[in-house]
Amino acid sequence: MNAEAQKSRRWTLWLPLALFAGFVVLVLFGLLRPADRDVASAMIGKPLPTFDLRPAVPDRPGLASSNFGDGKPRLLNIFASWCIPCAIEAPQLDRLRAAGVEIDGIAIRDRREDVTAFLARYGNPFSRIGADDVSAVQLAIGSSGVPETFVIDGKGVIRYQHIGEIRADQVPLILEKLEEAGK
Amino acid sequence: MMAEFGLAALWLAAALAGLQLIAGSLALTSRGQGLAGMVRPVAVVQGALALVAFVVLVVLFCQTDLSVKLVAMNSHSAKPLIYKLAGAWGNHEGSMLLWVTVMGLAGGFVALVEKRLPEPTMLATLAGQAFVSLGFYAFLLVSSNPFERLDPPAAEGQGLNPLLQDMGLAFHPPTLYLGYVGLSVAFSFAIGALITREVGPAFARAMRPWVMGAWIFLTIGITAGSYWAYYELGWGGWWFWDPVENASLMPWLAATALLHSASVLASRNALRAWTVMLGVVAFSMSMVGTFLVRSGILTSVHAFAVDPERGTFILALLAINIGGALTLFALRAATVTEGERFALVSREGALVFNNVMLSAILGIVLFGTLYPLVAEAMGAKVSVGPPYFNPMSAIFFVPMLIVLAVGPLLRWRRDSFARVRLGLLLPALLVVAVAIGLAIVANVGVLPFLGLALAAGLAVASLLPLRGRRLTRTPLAVWGMVVAHFGVAVALFGMASESAFSVEKLVAARVGDTTQAGPWQVKLERIDPVAGPNWTALEAKMTARYGQGAPVEVHPQSRFFWAPPQQTTESALVTRWNGQLYAVLGEEAGGGRWQLRLWWKPFVTFIWYGGLLIALGGLLALLGRTASDIRRFVARGKIAERRMEQGR
Repeated sequence: MNAEAQKSRRWTLWLPLALFAGFVVLVLFGLLRPADRDVASAMIGKPLPTFDLRPAVPDRPGLASSNFGDGKPRLLNIFASWCIPCAIEAPQLDRLRAAGVEIDGIAIRDRREDVTAFLARYGNPFSRIGADDVSAVQLAIGSSGVPETFVIDGKGVIRYQHIGEIRADQVPLILEKLEEAGK
Repeated sequence: MMAEFGLAALWLAAALAGLQLIAGSLALTSRGQGLAGMVRPVAVVQGALALVAFVVLVVLFCQTDLSVKLVAMNSHSAKPLIYKLAGAWGNHEGSMLLWVTVMGLAGGFVALVEKRLPEPTMLATLAGQAFVSLGFYAFLLVSSNPFERLDPPAAEGQGLNPLLQDMGLAFHPPTLYLGYVGLSVAFSFAIGALITREVGPAFARAMRPWVMGAWIFLTIGITAGSYWAYYELGWGGWWFWDPVENASLMPWLAATALLHSASVLASRNALRAWTVMLGVVAFSMSMVGTFLVRSGILTSVHAFAVDPERGTFILALLAINIGGALTLFALRAATVTEGERFALVSREGALVFNNVMLSAILGIVLFGTLYPLVAEAMGAKVSVGPPYFNPMSAIFFVPMLIVLAVGPLLRWRRDSFARVRLGLLLPALLVVAVAIGLAIVANVGVLPFLGLALAAGLAVASLLPLRGRRLTRTPLAVWGMVVAHFGVAVALFGMASESAFSVEKLVAARVGDTTQAGPWQVKLERIDPVAGPNWTALEAKMTARYGQGAPVEVHPQSRFFWAPPQQTTESALVTRWNGQLYAVLGEEAGGGRWQLRLWWKPFVTFIWYGGLLIALGGLLALLGRTASDIRRFVARGKIAERRMEQGR
């Protein structure tokens, strides 16, 4: 083998390592990309799972899957009194409520008096609030944290999943998704 | 107390792995040679301790000890015992513990029995194995302790994902893990050989049974996983090019290539650097696969195993292990002397060609799997599916099949096509005949068309190496090759037939309605509620008749699990020799009608029969080679004895 060929051979020996370095950079990017990535929920387009939750507070009824699908699109908000982003989200929910949106809530792993205090402090936009003490319903609808908000259409089908708190500039987005679901 | 005992065993095993690494490395230097004697025993004890930790975890799951967090999160007292057991490895921590256990046991076994390699290479190999293990021990002990307590204990467990409550799936991950980890031994051998520059037939012979064993498990794991996805997900497909499926396919492709190149190295002393490279790549693909599954970096139907933080940890392990190995390869491979030369048309030439084809398919699968990530880096969201994978892999798969038919008939070193031309006439004619027949009677797509024609030719060609041999005296390894290659033809036939001739029917049927699906008449008799140990379900009672045959009862279900609440479909299958009827019960469609989905899939079962034949071929070759290894070992012992006697 002449010197030139040997040189080129030596160069190719580093190729696997270079390719692997490219792979590491790529997945590192994937791991470190911003957390608010727009996860296309596997539940979108599927009907709500069947559930029936007891009331979380005395002055609102509990929540069951049969409450949905009355022909009107509505929001399902997953929240908890111990969740700080939920408090940040509260004004936006109030604005949506003021715009005539029906909002139902599910309180995750919470105590009755804590939920009452939370709603007294940050406002109560909910028509119904179910208590999910073991995150069973939360898991079943594909939610991995609080807060999360689902747009449910008039047939009880999940149309949109919003992960994280609704920011002020995202209220129009939610309204748009509701309008789409109402079509 | 139990859990703490398990944790202690795990810490001790980790410490011994550290000792194994240090002693093994020092023993390679001139001053540390005194340490060489302890490396093998340490490796054995390390494996035993890891096994103790794993057994403790299994016992905790059997007892449903809810003061252990992992048990509380993943088990439930109402679960059947077999799924409690499976719960031990059906989660992140448990499966990682299984990983280090199998690695430890494999290392211990190598330390006990492998006597053919020069001692320095053995020491380097065991040190390499300990190095890789140590990373996984650190991962377990630092960020995923399976024995963590829960205070106060949970009142009831959170259950196991109902999709995982299935016999097939209970044993699917451990089977794949055995394959992945078996490849870690090949990886360690490659590292050992690179360090001591001892890349030769002895290295290939030592590595080959591990590659073969791992490859058998991977083949079975992939075949079983494919069948599981087929009947459990209720979508009627058998391969989805899902990232997790690809994660198991990539090590298999690399291991298949490695298996063949190790054979060339063992018997012909050629392809040295290439074999070492594949040894590194095969296990790297196993780790990359695990990383892709565990990190949640790619969304997939297997999203139940996801955790980004752990992903970072595994990525660091990957970078160290694979990066280190590839650096070592780049530094040392140039000094690995070239092996024996061979002509282009020869058994070696055919094997090299197919190795390159397999590697190309591996590259295509890897690229397709990672492409969504590349696209996202550029700001677009895409998903890559069968329209990419099927034709792209076929470009390399088709030439590979042709060479697969010819290769085993060629001689080592140098041969000519003229010599084998006559033998190949029959398979070639068969390919043409099937192609013409298909073109006349049926209208099928390009890929199924090619698949059916090539399967027919390959089925015959794969048997040709037996021609002119006394069947009873043919070595097991040759039988293994023939059976495995025949299995490829069988699986290919099943795939092509399923894709060419499947009939699908989606209907909204009332009770009493009859639906025609291919040759089947399916009548919906009743819909009944039924109950299982931890689920309730709606079950359709249907009677299916094949042509004018006797009616068969079919019972597809729509199941509701209550811990955690989840709905699954249980498809019902009727298997005949020439295919399967596949029935799924869907939602209520209103007005007393039910959605029914019916498929008639001719010869679909051949896909998995083929997969099992391929694995059986591997098993025969492994048994044959091991038997002859043992015979050689005994014979060598006798010769040595005789010499000793003569010397006296």
